[in-house]
Amino acid sequence: MALTASKEEILEILAEVKDPELPVIDVVELGIVRDVAFAGDELWVTVTPTYSGCPALQVIEREIVSTLEAHGFANVRVQTAFSPPWTTDWLSEATKRKLREYGIAPPGMVEVSSGSITDLVNLRRARPAVECPFCGSANTVEKSEFGSTACKAIHFCNACRQPFDHFKSF
Amino acid sequence: MRETRPITSAASRSSGPSNELGPLTPSSPIAPSSPPKLFPFLLGLADDRLVLGHRLSEWCGHGPILEEDIALANIALDLVGQATLLLNLAGKIEGKGRSEDALAYFRDGGEFRNLHIVELPKGDYAYTIVRQFLFDVYSYHVLEQLQKGAHRELAGIAAKGFKEVRYHVRHSSEWVVRMGDGTDESHARAQKALDDLWRFTPEMFRPDAVDIEMQEHGIGPDLTALKPQWDGVVREVMGRSTLVMPADSYMIGGGRNGKHTEFLGHMLAEMQIVARSHPGAEW
Repeated sequence: MALTASKEEILEILAEVKDPELPVIDVVELGIVRDVAFAGDELWVTVTPTYSGCPALQVIEREIVSTLEAHGFANVRVQTAFSPPWTTDWLSEATKRKLREYGIAPPGMVEVSSGSITDLVNLRRARPAVECPFCGSANTVEKSEFGSTACKAIHFCNACRQPFDHFKSF
Repeated sequence: MRETRPITSAASRSSGPSNELGPLTPSSPIAPSSPPKLFPFLLGLADDRLVLGHRLSEWCGHGPILEEDIALANIALDLVGQATLLLNLAGKIEGKGRSEDALAYFRDGGEFRNLHIVELPKGDYAYTIVRQFLFDVYSYHVLEQLQKGAHRELAGIAAKGFKEVRYHVRHSSEWVVRMGDGTDESHARAQKALDDLWRFTPEMFRPDAVDIEMQEHGIGPDLTALKPQWDGVVREVMGRSTLVMPADSYMIGGGRNGKHTEFLGHMLAEMQIVARSHPGAEW
């Protein structure tokens, strides 16, 4: 007989799967697990990528399958959904705290598609001060909007003279 | 890139930017009634991004400064990622079992539908950045329309790409201004890049039968309507960069019909050789 479980129980198991590039947060709190559902004896997990080319997604998908298999679910299928597109607004305050403690400045809220292309190319954009995750100073500067992974930007703290990653608002 | 799996119907049932999980329903197969020209349309969108992403990846380890090396690799990753999603969808629409890898690595140059501008060699940094800016502004407007289009899966992929291109266009426009309004050397190089690339830009806005059918179905944008918007943004940034807009002269095209410059074949040889030498290989 096929194993069954509630959605909450499945999500609890999936919280064991960490983002390989951010091992302090799991795939449920990252917001990339969009749905879990049984169809016959198959357990379907719907995930959404963070960025289109996120290379971690394939690793995450394999870990979702192997983790659920380890808990006795023999027939796990993973599918991808693109809409609604993933946003860092789905990260809870608790998750953002974890990021900060790990040394990554958490994202602010995204103003969805705010600003026209004219604003973008004229560099008319709000640049809210990103607090240094190490010393808490707001005296920081953005070095590059592109960092070590697709989801991070490179910042520098003028107070404690440390470079740090910023999980950019997306 | 990744294994084939069913396309989700989640796009149709999710609504709003909420983190609430959707209802307990598995996916349904894709609707069989797609317009016949959707497949070549998707190939065009995908090939622009795959080819340009590959050209950008050629800078990996060769960037002028470390931050730019990383930035271009990130933008390349976004573009190749968008291409992966588009080719995956194209393969399902075609219905012949071709995966995104099969479409990327086992088509020859004549089957690629990308614009000429993306296949040109990367040149110097000014050339790469000016080309990127011209394409980013085009891509911004195309994705902005596609995300409102009638094809749900394509609209979902476009909505994701639209968020990414906002970062891209900010990056490339900053650098166009910095180089154009920079030193004599950077200005001269940026101006030469603009002059050399200009004749490749009208191809972006020249709708073919595929584009027209997609527009009629409410799937694709009206390219001729996007031209003035693109023109306005490009002129504004070039003005601030102190770069002179080139005059229109002999204009080049044909990429959407599989007619390419000699550069694409060389690029594909490099891009495809591992997959073709070891068909079916996985890691």
